[in-house]
Amino acid sequence: MNRRQFFKLCAGGVATSAIAGLGLMPTLAFAAPREFKLIRAKETRNNCCYCSVGCGLLMYSRGDVSKNVEPSLFHIEGDADHPVSRGALCPKGAGLLDFVNSPNRLQYPEYRAPGAATWQRISWQEAFTRIARLMKDDRDQNMIKTNAAGTPVNRWMTTGMLTASAQSNEAGFLTQKFARGLGLVAVDTQARI
Amino acid sequence: MTNHWIDIKNADVVVVMGGNAAENHPVGFSWVTEAMQHNNAKLVVVDPRFNRSAAVADYYANLRSGSDIAFFLGLIRYLIDTNQVNYDYVKTFTNASFIVREDYGYEDGLFTGYDPKTGSYDKESWFYELDDQGYAMVDESLEHPRCVWNLLKQHVDRYTIDKVVNITGTPKAQYEQVCQVIGATHANNKVATFLYALGWTQHTKGAQNIRSMAMVQLILGNMGMLGGGVNALRGHSNIQGITDMGLLCQNLPGYLKLPSDKDVDLQAHFEHHAPKPLRPGQTNYWQNYPKFFVSLMKSFWGEAATPENNFGYEWMPKWDMQYDVLRYFEMMKQGKVNGYIVQGFNVLSSLPNKAKINEALAKLKFLVVVDPLAVETATFWRNKKLFNEVDTANIMTEVFRLPTGCFAEEEGTIVNSGRWMQWHWKGANSPKEAKADGEIWAGILAELKRLYAEEGGALPEAVAALDWQYVNPANPTAEEVAKQLNGQDVATGRQLSSFGELKADGSTACGCWIYTGSWTEQGNMMARRDNADPSGKGITPGWSFAWPANRRILYNRASADVNGNPWDKDRTLMEWTDGKWTGIDVPDFNSKLDPQASAKTGFLMQPEGHARLFANRLMAEGPFPEHYEPMESPIGTNPMHPEVITNPAVRIFADDKAQLGDFEDFPYVGTSYHLTEHFNNWTTHSRLNAIAQPQHFIEMDEVLAKQKGIANGDWVKVSSKRNYIVTKALVTKRLQPYVVNGKTLHTIGIPLHANYEGLTREAYEINSLTPYVGDANTQTPEYKAFLVNIEKAEAI
Ligand code: SF4
Repeated sequence: MNRRQFFKLCAGGVATSAIAGLGLMPTLAFAAPREFKLIRAKETRNNCCYCSVGCGLLMYSRGDVSKNVEPSLFHIEGDADHPVSRGALCPKGAGLLDFVNSPNRLQYPEYRAPGAATWQRISWQEAFTRIARLMKDDRDQNMIKTNAAGTPVNRWMTTGMLTASAQSNEAGFLTQKFARGLGLVAVDTQARI
Repeated sequence: MTNHWIDIKNADVVVVMGGNAAENHPVGFSWVTEAMQHNNAKLVVVDPRFNRSAAVADYYANLRSGSDIAFFLGLIRYLIDTNQVNYDYVKTFTNASFIVREDYGYEDGLFTGYDPKTGSYDKESWFYELDDQGYAMVDESLEHPRCVWNLLKQHVDRYTIDKVVNITGTPKAQYEQVCQVIGATHANNKVATFLYALGWTQHTKGAQNIRSMAMVQLILGNMGMLGGGVNALRGHSNIQGITDMGLLCQNLPGYLKLPSDKDVDLQAHFEHHAPKPLRPGQTNYWQNYPKFFVSLMKSFWGEAATPENNFGYEWMPKWDMQYDVLRYFEMMKQGKVNGYIVQGFNVLSSLPNKAKINEALAKLKFLVVVDPLAVETATFWRNKKLFNEVDTANIMTEVFRLPTGCFAEEEGTIVNSGRWMQWHWKGANSPKEAKADGEIWAGILAELKRLYAEEGGALPEAVAALDWQYVNPANPTAEEVAKQLNGQDVATGRQLSSFGELKADGSTACGCWIYTGSWTEQGNMMARRDNADPSGKGITPGWSFAWPANRRILYNRASADVNGNPWDKDRTLMEWTDGKWTGIDVPDFNSKLDPQASAKTGFLMQPEGHARLFANRLMAEGPFPEHYEPMESPIGTNPMHPEVITNPAVRIFADDKAQLGDFEDFPYVGTSYHLTEHFNNWTTHSRLNAIAQPQHFIEMDEVLAKQKGIANGDWVKVSSKRNYIVTKALVTKRLQPYVVNGKTLHTIGIPLHANYEGLTREAYEINSLTPYVGDANTQTPEYKAFLVNIEKAEAI
């Protein structure tokens, strides 16, 4: 039995399965193993999050990404259509799945009290309420409204922000509005270093 | 990048210097090998280490880290001496013919205007001679003794090849060979590209390293050409986009400026940032600054931005000095900072002098860490024997650790090095309760808005006015923000298609003017996926959207001569035929102008329309580059001018100055870099990468290893004046000793993938060693050239 016959046999074995029934049978039998692996996967296009070559990605997940379905990205590979990367990924990009699914991903908001040696889990609302209170008290006490010459300067010097160069533009614009809208001047990102 | 990744294939000579593309941008580097295989290109690599780029190079030259400017000034001298200058290009497109003020001068390491007390320059004299109409005077014959070209000749004349190699440690034959290969691209039909990265920026004269190279590209006529340009291979995936977003202490989106105290009102701000033309007939594109700025204010403050309140100008914070991250941590250490928000930035493991960062963070009242991973910064208070020895009980900082999603769990745009804005789609949910970054700001902001409405406080009207009118204010979508970044007509909500439509009267709103055209009435241009390359030159106009205006090669007017004929027919980008401009790219000039008129505006963001060999007042340490030693010099002198050893305009705080080491105690040059398997210490959290490179190490040459009795794989202690690390030694031929100013020097190579919360073996973070001092312009810290010592150590 050669390779082709083997796959024909396999294909025959699933002829009555739901896949065939839904008209999803691959027409080229020898392509079957690949199709089977990914057939129920959702394919999503993305870009590598590490360096600024910006290689194209195909990400494969189970589920439909609705909120109550567990996230389940199970495979990431290079996007062969991408004109720069042409399907290639370097050793960083090749390990992306293990970043997404890293055991060190954070899962819940946490709080460390002054002097404490451990985290305690808190709710988002607790986090927002407490952070907003700390920020407001600091802003109200330390906002510099005018300089020595009497020019309005409205700068808030005693709180600052360091921002991420791996966030998207859209998140970055919200970050910019948030920071400047409140009067922050000490704002920087990885481009500085 | 002025050009883009694929365009590298069009080069005749590829120079990798101040970077190591084969290792750090491997897939982008495939376009270098493409050029070598299909365009017969030669690869030149200049680096202190025989790295992976060097391993495939045609020509390799060694140089001591921190001596790049001497290398280039010698190259410029060589090009002039050997008549390998593209004079037609230089006269047409650069300010070579511009006459400089009489009171400008340079002597023994200092330009005119230096004040040793403040350690800074009064730059008044660094400017053109102006005529009575305020236009710069020029001498097209290049004969005037004070024209830029003659001043440049005079400036570089001191950099003979012997003097250069005495500073750089490069073998003379290697240096001459590299000069020859690069020099050959002065021909109209030969083009070189330069690829660089943090190997140039992380020096106290980083910006001048890059300027030196850009000057070479102008002298050779390689700017604006297919296969040419000045190409920064940027680090983080969206460091370009976040720079575009203006998340730097003095910036706003689209390279607009955060106002300063000097901008007492909106008019003053415009006067300072919308320049007057310096030559007749200029496009002088920044004259449109008010349109971009007012449109930005409309996207910030929405309906609350009106002509009556100067579009909310007063609410914007004004700076009185540069509060970059180094200055801010100094302030933090002095107890002047109460709160800090750190988003996706492992600052404890990355800013110089870790001990100082620890000390500073412990002075905070509160720290908010927003990150997808359990990074060291969030647990700076945790005592970790050897690696983070702190007194937990006495650290009174309240810390919040808030989980975020990652790239795979969101949609939006990131911008690659070639300015391509690439849209990506969501493929998974974020873990458990993690939220998107914008959702987190929205949550805090909603609370703040509520508190200010209820209690009042300082400047409550700004908090109330800050526009957050998204469909779901608790979680703005990428689509609505992307549309806002593109810009809209306020009255109709119509998406704009070009920044030419922006207005200064409040009738348009636009978050980032250079992005206009990215989401038009035709839809999301960044999501386009037509990879066709009709010209065969790597211009894929239908793939994503390249800012600005989907232009792929910047300064493309300079691809053709003064009459509009391409310098090289095979590299036709723009061409004047039958009385009009045609070409394969979007013109980066006013294409309504004829060739002669448009040639004068080839660099249209400049008020003189010409590229600057002489930088005027833009740089902190001088209008021309000059060789200065690293702050920690391994030779303790500057062979060019022993009285001025290091960059005279560097800013350094007193406590950091006291922590600079000298070459007697710390004789070796430390320099940092990456391995291909790791992205800083981010990838230490990814199992596959941790398996591939589980252990931190340093690299050293065989001669030094023998002297010190260190064998490959031994544990070693590497120390600087700041602190020490203990790690393993890799003894390698990739590093070689070199002779500088009569002294044999050794380099200790220090990879960056070291931390203790990841999945790799716990390691001392290498920022324990590095000096807390930055480039005089950008304040990027000097990670590439500092002093260390090394000795054998006990295993940890
Ligand atoms: S796969 Fe490698 S080369 Fe491509 S973007 Fe990611 S880190 Fe860069």
